[in-house]
Amino acid sequence: MMETQEKISPPGFRTGSRSDASTEEYYLNMGPQHPSTHGVLRCVLKLDGESVVEVVPHLGYIHRGIEKVAENQTYLQLIHLSDRLDYLSSFSNNLCVCLAIEEAMQIGVPERGEYIRVMLCELQRIQSHLLWWGVFGMDLGAVTAFLYGFKEREQITDIFEELCGARLTMNFFRPGGSWADVPDSFLPRVRQVISRMKGALAECHTLLTNNVIFRERTQGIGVLPAATALSHGCTGAVLRGSGVAYDVRRHDPYSIYDRFAFEIPTGARGDCFDRYLMKMEEMRQSLAILEQAAATFPGGPHRAKERAAYKLPPGSYYSQVESARGLFGVTLIADGGPKPYRVKFRSPSFSNLSVVNAIAAGHQIADLVTILASLDFVVPDLDR
Amino acid sequence: MNALPASQTFPVTNAIGDAVRQLFPASAPAINTLLAIASLLALVAFLPVLLIWLERKVAAHFQARLGPMRVGWHGLLQSAADGLKLVFKEVLKPEGADSFVFFLAPILPASATFLIMAVLPFDHHLQVADPPAGIIYVIGISGLSVLGILLAGWASNNKYSLLGAMRSGAQMISYEISLALLMLLVVMVSGSASLREIVLSQQGTILDWWIFKLPGLGLIAFAMYLVTSTAELNRGPFDIAEAESELTGGFATEYSGISFAMFFFAEFVNMFVAAGLATTFFLGGFLAPRIGLAFFDAVVDFVPGFVWFFAKAFLVVFIYMWFRWSFPRLRVDQLMYLEWKLLLPANLVLLTLTAFFVIRGWIL
Repeated sequence: MMETQEKISPPGFRTGSRSDASTEEYYLNMGPQHPSTHGVLRCVLKLDGESVVEVVPHLGYIHRGIEKVAENQTYLQLIHLSDRLDYLSSFSNNLCVCLAIEEAMQIGVPERGEYIRVMLCELQRIQSHLLWWGVFGMDLGAVTAFLYGFKEREQITDIFEELCGARLTMNFFRPGGSWADVPDSFLPRVRQVISRMKGALAECHTLLTNNVIFRERTQGIGVLPAATALSHGCTGAVLRGSGVAYDVRRHDPYSIYDRFAFEIPTGARGDCFDRYLMKMEEMRQSLAILEQAAATFPGGPHRAKERAAYKLPPGSYYSQVESARGLFGVTLIADGGPKPYRVKFRSPSFSNLSVVNAIAAGHQIADLVTILASLDFVVPDLDR
Repeated sequence: MNALPASQTFPVTNAIGDAVRQLFPASAPAINTLLAIASLLALVAFLPVLLIWLERKVAAHFQARLGPMRVGWHGLLQSAADGLKLVFKEVLKPEGADSFVFFLAPILPASATFLIMAVLPFDHHLQVADPPAGIIYVIGISGLSVLGILLAGWASNNKYSLLGAMRSGAQMISYEISLALLMLLVVMVSGSASLREIVLSQQGTILDWWIFKLPGLGLIAFAMYLVTSTAELNRGPFDIAEAESELTGGFATEYSGISFAMFFFAEFVNMFVAAGLATTFFLGGFLAPRIGLAFFDAVVDFVPGFVWFFAKAFLVVFIYMWFRWSFPRLRVDQLMYLEWKLLLPANLVLLTLTAFFVIRGWIL
């Protein structure tokens, strides 16, 4: 039968049609409802059989205009909006906004407040990585890993719940500290998590890392050269997996991170397995930071004296933190009023996802799922 | 060979069968056949309900949770309730799907499992039919389920379904070769292709089962059978045809209601059938696990054979579940590599070695 109708290719594709007509390329819509696009990311794939020729991610399915909404909130009110970006590192995001406000208004943070911030951020990094670990396993078909990740994560989430009532969107930090002090049970529970997590990490390695099928599925898949990672603005484990030892906590220390000893793991090849190992190692380093912080946890006030009003002097203020996914940055442009003139969030997920076509082309559909999972993005963080 | 007597063509010679034969000597073959088919139907209807519950419970306890707990004792009626729900759900057909093929496809795997169940020797005299070339029959019929999956993928008019079906077709056709070679091995050592004869060739103690009777090779063959049949069943870690995280639902993406339930039920009965065949070939089928001690043997002999058959089959089913909930999924090309580059050559070597053993009479 003659194909009379001209085939219309979906928008965004850069590769042209091939000259040899031995096989026919076709398009496959993956998402926004798909089990492994982790929410509402939509990828349109150009496929040759099972091989991926090109991937075009489409964003915007959970765009809420958070930056615009933030312009209509006071500085204190907009902190909670940062929870809704990368909901797995809401403490880091809160902290980033607070750092910008503190820098603008010259607010200091008491010792205890700094410790609370560091410990909560590190706890949340472990919590976020555990969830990622479980989801990574599930995307590879090991459903049991998912439940094991969640089981361990629950211990940390319970601490957060006791602390501020929330399990996901914390809205906890304020300029000058946090809105509440930690309960008495905080330190014992953190110590319990530290001792428990060491065994749990060994269990994780037994279940996935040392599994031959898992290694076959991740090693050599989605190799990201360091130059590409840098030119696309990748940060976090994605960048470190490619061998670039960059960590905001070390290279632009904020809060009191310069007091703690921790290592920055780097990968050798930049494949999915390296990115996986980075995250696993980061959990160990976070535990080391937590151990040091728990040993020297001071008393005293948790928050500097509250100001009557938080009005930033006119100017542009930028702060950045290392969230669980990479570099998270906030730019506040103030006009002197109680509300910001412009707010810009720099989200790690967006930059990390931008390399997907560069590293997924030529692999198979199953590998694309592995690659998407190893880039570890949070879709509300992509769209904002 | 002379025509077989009625008691052997219809080996249901248990108490009920004998009673029917005495009461209605003329119409006994027809009545007995109907009874056998009815009981088989009941079994096919009941097994998936039990197996799905078992799978969910095993998975749950592997994953440090409880699983279904609400419907019935420990959720025992959960899968029955789910099945009932599926029956009443609307059966959707995607636009542009080929109606006839679309609705034919789910019936094929279900009928294939039913047909294979007919030759499984549940007990010495509990088998619907015992064709002399039972193994050939099994290999032939199991091809039907591939056909069902291929047709489902093609008729759904969905790229995910098509991808799943093509994967599944390639996978099941490749692994069928290994499976057939392993069955050939069993035929070679037991000297018969009838499933009942294969079981009877393993009479004696546990050491007379083919898994132990062939020194070393039996265990290897059993392990290979487990891997191959897991792939043949489309179960994790070889569930590339469904591959939830890649292809959403694979070949069954577009199926809903009872037509989805047919695929689902067939998958679970198939698992039992594969476990039953493993039991028949390697674990002595309905034979009691005697160990040579008079007292112990007397105790195990007291338990009826079908209990042993089901116990062994469910043990193998548990191993299948263990696989599924422990391992990540293989990629398509890795799966093909495993079959064509590793399993098939290993199988051929194993077959040759076994032939050598048989000729030299080295079987224990």
